[in-house]
Amino acid sequence: MAVRKLIGFNLLTGVVLGVIGYIVGWQLGHIPTGESIEYFGDTGQNDIAMFCAYMLGVIGFLVGLGFANYPIQRMLGKPPSLREKETGGWTRYFGLCTDHKVVGIQYLVGIGVFIFIGGLNAMLIRYELLTPNQHLANGNNYLTLVGLHGTMMMGMMTSGILGPVANYFVPIMIGARRMAFPRIEALTFWLLMAAGVILMTALAFGGFPTGWTGYEPLADQANMGMDAYICFFALVGLSMCLLGLNMLATVITMRAPGMAWGRLPMFVWGVVSTAILMLLAAPVLFSALLMETLDRTAQTGFFNVQAGGSPYLWENLFWIFGHPEVYILALPGMGILLEILPVFSRKPVWGYRLAVTGMLGISLLSWLVWQHHIFVSGINADLRPFYMLSTELISLPTGFIFICALGTLWAGRIRLTVPMLFCLAWIFNFLIGGLSGVFLSDVPSDVTTHGSFFSMAHFHYTIMGGLIFTFFAAIYYWVPKMTGYEINEFWGKVHFWSMFIAFNSTFGPLLVIGFLGQPRRVVTYPGFLQGANEWVSVSAFVLGASMIVFLVNFVYSQVIARVPAAANPWGSKSIEFQLPSPVPVHNFDRIPTFGPDPYPYGEGAEAAPSGPVIAPARHTK
Amino acid sequence: MWSSWSHGRRVAVLTIVVTIILLPIMIFVLGPNMPPGKNTDVGKGQVFDNTVLLIVMTPFTAFILTYLVYAAIAFRVPDSDSREGAHIRGHMRSQIIWLVTTTAAVLFLAIFGTAELLSTGAGGGQGPKPITKPGGTVLPVQVIGQQWEFTFRYPTYGGVETAQLEIPVGTQIAFHVTSLDAIHSFWAYQLGVKADANPGVDNVAYVKPKTTRSFDIRCAELCGLWHGYMFDTGYVVTQSQFTTWIAQQQRLYAKSMKDLPPFAYTYAPDPTFRAG
Repeated sequence: MAVRKLIGFNLLTGVVLGVIGYIVGWQLGHIPTGESIEYFGDTGQNDIAMFCAYMLGVIGFLVGLGFANYPIQRMLGKPPSLREKETGGWTRYFGLCTDHKVVGIQYLVGIGVFIFIGGLNAMLIRYELLTPNQHLANGNNYLTLVGLHGTMMMGMMTSGILGPVANYFVPIMIGARRMAFPRIEALTFWLLMAAGVILMTALAFGGFPTGWTGYEPLADQANMGMDAYICFFALVGLSMCLLGLNMLATVITMRAPGMAWGRLPMFVWGVVSTAILMLLAAPVLFSALLMETLDRTAQTGFFNVQAGGSPYLWENLFWIFGHPEVYILALPGMGILLEILPVFSRKPVWGYRLAVTGMLGISLLSWLVWQHHIFVSGINADLRPFYMLSTELISLPTGFIFICALGTLWAGRIRLTVPMLFCLAWIFNFLIGGLSGVFLSDVPSDVTTHGSFFSMAHFHYTIMGGLIFTFFAAIYYWVPKMTGYEINEFWGKVHFWSMFIAFNSTFGPLLVIGFLGQPRRVVTYPGFLQGANEWVSVSAFVLGASMIVFLVNFVYSQVIARVPAAANPWGSKSIEFQLPSPVPVHNFDRIPTFGPDPYPYGEGAEAAPSGPVIAPARHTK
Repeated sequence: MWSSWSHGRRVAVLTIVVTIILLPIMIFVLGPNMPPGKNTDVGKGQVFDNTVLLIVMTPFTAFILTYLVYAAIAFRVPDSDSREGAHIRGHMRSQIIWLVTTTAAVLFLAIFGTAELLSTGAGGGQGPKPITKPGGTVLPVQVIGQQWEFTFRYPTYGGVETAQLEIPVGTQIAFHVTSLDAIHSFWAYQLGVKADANPGVDNVAYVKPKTTRSFDIRCAELCGLWHGYMFDTGYVVTQSQFTTWIAQQQRLYAKSMKDLPPFAYTYAPDPTFRAG
């Protein structure tokens, strides 16, 4: 039986078939001969073999995990089913499982590992920048560190909240027993894991020099490490697109009786506005990467000036994806913020419709701003006033989120629990991030700040200060529900305060360093900036240490101490906290119904229960 | 008096006090020290622009931070308190006030930024067909980015190519920025100039230096292995110093001039090659 389990379709067989596929692909890629291969023949570079190896490797991995089984069985005439391996102990977590709660926990751990690696890269970058001269890495390794940090974080955090939190809680929040497409849900997770491993293999092939933006024609010059970047983002794009599709389909079609659009929890609205962007932005990235793949293998010239192409094409396509991408990172955080603030202020969300307008408005406007990333590139100089206006207009819907968050605090009874502290920190961090963004949106000011540490600090304020802080709020708030075990609150507060102070001590001075003229992604800088850079590096190490505090506390609480969590430790009135911890396999015995009020908090609200109603179980079946 | 005030009045008064404290700091302390310094016409414009941004942001920042701190202190209860908060779902008037003030600020900033941009070009790269062209005589200077250095050509001085950048003070300069390989970005920090160097593109940026001084040149777009080392120092010099210097350069490079391609706004780069 044990042997059967081992060689059944699981992570182990996936890895074995993945490696076999990789080797077969590598060999296949060497078969075609011709001018394009000879061109690279004497350099030891063969991009065709590299792409074949990655592609067959991923296919082998997915087949090994069992993704081909069901389609084959259907072709052989087996009746349709929506469930696979939903019961069966811990082995569920190491393979294809269609239980959305298992996928949520897989995401949490899997993404956590890769984000940890991305964080280590950041520590090494800051170690290098302790002195004005290069001392740790050679130039190529340093650029690879920068690229790995940026690409890993950007790729993984796109699903950082939608993966673990939304997969787990969106079906529960709308009163469903599963996602609309459970197998696609599992597929998005395993695609992301394959992508992460592929990106790490860049290290074995000389790394890549382009940072996360992959600008052409530098990317065309780069050696085979660049192929890892392309395959990584292609798989992340595929995963994002499917995840967005799945979320939208779930929320549109699977809402329980009474769950009208005007009653969706704020978190679900955050997920919906993100999912729209994911579904539409990822294909743009995918197509750009396809062009780049063809440029590198079939010697096409999409981005090659001599062949009639243009590097502007990459810049445009990348940022048409890239700007919605940063809102894909920011919007789930806003959803979590407005979901958690009412619980700990004991008040309904202030301005529900305004907040929804804000999120959807950001979703819409994020498509109209991408050229603010290339204000000084010389393309469309006459369109800059338009992009300046559209970029600054994004402050309006973002302002809605701020006023709704602040309004929710007003005259509440605020409990400064750990999730609440992280949410309040969002307001501060995102304010700084938004204000620094105004400098970048304004062309005269952008001339100095573009491409400097200022813009780098700006997006760390919005993404780390916005997304990662709410990500931790979500972990402290929801993980006891997911696993059934408490997280130690005292060490949670130690984590919060050390992280909040170290974060601002890191990125606040970086805004100033940028103003003083230090460009991004440099390995050297002027001597007079050394003091400031040392300060930032030490703060960054403290920030890293605060993550260790979190990690130790999290692992200790969940694996060793294992204090059972109460079903509803926060006094929350949303539906997931009316269920036992952890949530049982099919969530509800009977589909719940929803009253008119998603946030029945506040004095007098108890008198007329109007929130979700879970009918008692029918024990007849 | 304080204790008899409502929460709303207290936050309003605190916001006004904080704004009144912060505004002079923004106008008189931070503003004049904003980058990139008033060494050129576009630099001066950018400093003014940055100062205006700071001033517009101040009341909003003061309001949000004051409100946040006030709410976290005044409305805080112990974790054990199980009472509910006030049952408020929104307030139409504050929503409208917020919408109107933020819209006004955003529209003002967009119009102001556009006016600033159109008056001088703000020192940014404007591509081959600049929308803002200064009048009068212009000294064209070509900046050629390549992995990993900038070189400079002076078309009005026989197209001489130098490894050092010197420009005369008080003269309208037009930088024509292009690249031979990857994308670079020509950033002359103290001049307030930044323009991407794209292969096959003539990217024009205008500037008029006001004082003689040195300035830092850095590449501001990741361009490969030695990107971090792609920096240089340029000089704004007097007209007579410039005339002497450029004549000296012409003599110095007279022999190598015949090996250079004739001056053009873009050059055909080398075939794609593979580098780190």
